[in-house]
Order: sequence, then C-alpha cells, then structure tokens
Amino acid sequence: MTQQTDIPADPLIIAGRTFRSRLMVGTGKFPSSLALKQALAGCDAEIVTVALRRADLNNPGGDSILSVLDPKRHLLLPNTSGARNADEAVRLAKLARAAGCEPWVKLELTPEPRYLLPDPIETLRAAEMLLKEGFIVLPYIQADPILAKRLEELGTATVMPLGAPIGSNRGLKTRDMIRIIIEQANVPVVVDAGLGAPSHAAEAMELGADAVLVNTALADATDHEAMGRAFAMATEAGRMAYRAGLGPERVTAEASSPLTGFLSKA
Amino acid sequence: MSFLTELEAWPAERVRACIEAATVDDVDRAIAREERTPHDLCALLSTAALERLEPMAQEAHRLTRRHFGRVIKMYVPIYISNVCGADCTYCGYAVRSGNKEKRLTLTEAETRRECEVLAAQGFQSLLLLTGEARQAVPPGQIADAVSIAHEYFPSVSIEVYSLSEDDYRLMVDRGLEGVTLYMETYDKATYEKVHLKGEKMDYLFRLDALDRAGRAGARRLGVGALLGLFDSHIDAFWTAMHARYLQRTCWQSEVSISFPRLQHTPERFSIPRLVSNQDLVQLMLASRLFLPEAGITISTRERPPFRDRLIPLGVTMMSAGSSTRPGGYATHGEDTLEQFEVEDTRTPAEVAAAIRSFGYEPVWKDYDYGFAGVAGTGSIS
Repeated sequence: MTQQTDIPADPLIIAGRTFRSRLMVGTGKFPSSLALKQALAGCDAEIVTVALRRADLNNPGGDSILSVLDPKRHLLLPNTSGARNADEAVRLAKLARAAGCEPWVKLELTPEPRYLLPDPIETLRAAEMLLKEGFIVLPYIQADPILAKRLEELGTATVMPLGAPIGSNRGLKTRDMIRIIIEQANVPVVVDAGLGAPSHAAEAMELGADAVLVNTALADATDHEAMGRAFAMATEAGRMAYRAGLGPERVTAEASSPLTGFLSKA
Repeated sequence: MSFLTELEAWPAERVRACIEAATVDDVDRAIAREERTPHDLCALLSTAALERLEPMAQEAHRLTRRHFGRVIKMYVPIYISNVCGADCTYCGYAVRSGNKEKRLTLTEAETRRECEVLAAQGFQSLLLLTGEARQAVPPGQIADAVSIAHEYFPSVSIEVYSLSEDDYRLMVDRGLEGVTLYMETYDKATYEKVHLKGEKMDYLFRLDALDRAGRAGARRLGVGALLGLFDSHIDAFWTAMHARYLQRTCWQSEVSISFPRLQHTPERFSIPRLVSNQDLVQLMLASRLFLPEAGITISTRERPPFRDRLIPLGVTMMSAGSSTRPGGYATHGEDTLEQFEVEDTRTPAEVAAAIRSFGYEPVWKDYDYGFAGVAGTGSIS
C-alpha cells in the first residue's frame, strides 16, 4: 500500500512482533481456496486466522486453507472457534502447538452456536490458563470495557471486541463501548466480527482501533480480490484519518468565513 | 419441560387452518421480516407461497451464506447393525420383513475395518446407525463403537434408538458429538398407526430424546420427520418448531433439520402422501427462513441432479458414498439387508466436485479431537 511521506511509518506491534498491515483476515466462510487466495492477494493481510476445528494440521498440504498460506508472508493465527468452555479451548491450542503452530492463539469461546457470542467467564478462565502455558493470547470478546481491562491485566496480547455478531455484516453496533475500550486500552484493540463493508472498517479505525478482522464480507464478495483491496484501503484510510486528527462533531454549524472575523484583525 | 406442550398448543387443525388462511401478502410480509413467527412459518408453508418460491429461495440463500458461508460439511454413515425389534410399517428393517440371514451387528473388528476404509476416502465426520434393537445392540456396545470410530474420525454422531440421558452422557464422554433422531411423524395418531411393535411405540420417550441428548452434552442435535407419513407441510411446521424449541432449551447445541422423504417402501406399505420436488423445496425454504442458523441436511435418498440443485437453497451438510447396509463398505458387501435404497450413488469425490461446481467448498473436517477431551488420533494424552 502507499505510504504518505509526511506521516511516519506506523506499524502494528503485537507481543513485540511488528506487522505492516492492520487488516486481519478470517478464513472460515470462503467458497474455495482460490477465493481465499484472491482475497489475501487483494488485501495483503499478514495475520490470517484459521479455525482449528476445520484445519487438518496433520495433513497441512492436503488442507485447502493451510495450503494457501505462505509462512513467509502470513502469520497463521489458530483460533479456537467452536470451543464451548475453557478446557476445550486450551486443549485445541495445545494440539495446534503440538502440530507445529507458533504459540499464538485467537481465543474464541462461543458456547451458543446461533449468534456465536463469546462467553466472558470462560474466556477469562481460558486466557489465564493459556498465558500460564506460554501462549500469546488474542481474545475475542463482547465489547465490555471491564472485561477488556481484566484480560489486559492478565497479560493478553490484544483485546478483540466484536462490532456486531459474527457474520451479521451490521457494522459497529457496539461503537460506544468500543470507544471506551480503545480509550482505556494499553494493548492493541482489534475490532472483530460484524464488519460488512469497507466503511465499517474505516469507522473502526477512525475511532482509534489498532486493527480490524474481516471474514464474511470478503468471502461473500463477488470479486474477492477487489473487496480485499477495498478493505485494505479503508483500513489504511481510517487509520490515517485517526492519526491526522479528526475534527470534533458539532451540533451547530461553524462558518468557515466567520462574520466577526474582522475583530481579530484590528 | 417437553416439546409436547408446544405441540399441544399447535394441533394439526390449528396449523392447517393457519396455513390455509395465508395470503400472498402474508407470504411477502414473512419474507420481509427479520424474525419470523409461527404464523409467518405457516404462511411460508402455504399454497400462496408457491407464487413466491423464488424470493424465498433468494432469502434462504442469503441467510445461509451469511451464517454458514459457502461451505458444505461432508459426512458418511456406517450402519453397525440392521437387527431390529420394531415393526415400522414403512421400513425395510422392520422385524416383520424377516430376512434373518441378512441381519447382523458388526463386530469390533468389522467396525474398525469399515472406519479404516471410509477414513482413507477422506471423511472426518461419521454417523453411526443401528436399528431399533436395544437387546441386540445395547447402549454400551454403541458407546464402544463410538470409541472405535473416534480413533478414525474427529466427529462421531449417532442415529440410533431413543436412549436415556445417562446413556447419551456415556457416549458424550466417549467423544460423541451429535445425535440425530427423526420423530418420523409428529402426528400422534399416525405415529401409533405406523409403529406397531417395540420401544419405538413410546411416542413421548422418542419426542423427548433430543432434550435428554442435549442435557447430556451432545453438541449437535438433528431433527426430522419422514415426509410422506402424514401431511408433510404440517409435519414440517412441527419439525421447525421442534428445532426452535431445542435451540432455546439446549442452547449450547447446534440444531439441524433433515428432510427425508419416503420414496421406496416395503410392498405392504403404500405412501399415503407423496411429497413432490416442489413440496420438498418449499419445506426446506420455509424452514431456513424460520431458522436462519439451523443446519440443513439433504439425504442420499434424493437423486443427484435434484440434490445438487438444493445446495444453494440452504443445505449445509451432505453425505456421500453412502451404504445403508452393515458392512456395506468393506466387510460384507451386499450380503446384508439395506434400510433403504440410496439414490445418490456417486463417490465422495464426485459429490465434492458437484459441490464445487456450485461455488461451494466441501468441508471434511469441522470438529476437533480437542473438543472431546478423550483419546483419539491426534489427541494429547
């Protein structure tokens, strides 16, 4: 992507590791490995999440998702989606590490299969267990500022509050809480789930999120590569706008040529 | 708590009247709504809805893609026994049909061999089936089969006779993921007419079985009616209501619906209400609109061209390369009695290719040993 010269380089740093891209990609809903490959080519994402329940880690060459990922370009971030409690999530993470994955894990604990909302109690418990086991933990959470702080204090590498239920494409329904999480966070905040359009990603980044994660919107696109590029551009634009300093919203108009301006020129 | 309470609130006469009263405007409103009520479901099952099948299909397609993406989960059945103590008038396994020389229960070694052959074909999700034969295949033996299968497949589900909560828990503890149990028909009078012998005669014990399975920790619950035994539109209404009830009561379990329809039956049974292709499509679409997050399975009872056309209409799970005979894959060939004739005889690779041709990805693995917490291939001791 292009880099504006008057704004210094602005890498994303998670657990001491530097990333160029602030757009993460989930892989669960793509219609083919080719579609995923096209989306990744378009958005140039570095962090790619893969559901451990789907991945055949014992046969990565034969796995349609894993075979697309380039270890030189992508950090494979295993996720524990489908886990209903902390014990299941920890077992999945250990299996992934035993199969040769790096000790990074996107912690997803969704005991209810319809809306896939995260369980805050089990997430906190699993995070504690995984951190003790030496994992770098990126937890998916409801947009709960207190839970975010609790996880940060435990030592998670990020917090990943949802914008809306997974797959809903509804955008930032939790905007007010995400704003508080961002304001209070000392770790990167990754807005995850519900981002259905590039404008949603831009909005999250304008708020001050450090990164966004997208799956359904890319998987559902007619042109996966173009949509990947659109999301990458929106993510970058949102981040740039945030760093450039957005003007405050006002209820009343503020004239660009004030009628009383002559007084200060006297 | 039992689904019976809801069934009693929606007797056949009420469902029929609600379906018959629906207008095209009611159907349009039902399609446009985000959350659909039982009255909306009736509208979608009505004759008036036949004028709106295409918009229903578009909405079903949209909802399915939103929740599941463009993926179809693949699974395969193994019949571990065709011994049966029930007399279901419509079924090839019924005790009345005799064929003693063609009935058997697989040994552990035979079960293992069947698993080896299917695992080598790429399957990672297995459904174990038996007849209605608690004495010939007691719960402990099914649990043993679950353990054997779990060595080869991360995901193991069962479709067997109704079990107690303790029996389901025993199997969940061995790594069982899901339980499928068809009510056959929710209409009690019809149920009693077609189930003439054995434990299966106990309507309520079967109706509440999936509640017990959910309480025991089964992660997937599959419901269905055998379409053709009773008015299929009313049975589809009750099936969808049962699924929604289970989503509320067994909130940690994923609920799925199947749409098996009677096509081949023993000579003594003539199908009272044939279900057309159009009927089946309407029932499937109405169910998807009512239950956006439910899995939908389409059986190998359907012929390949029709089965393939259903893929974009809400299907999320398909079997392939299926045999409905014990030992049908490796150990007994065609020497054993089959439950029903499979219409889709394509190989798993052929079915996967058909799925891809419709722009979907066949998913062989969607469950992990890590969920089960018991020994299995790839598990951590």
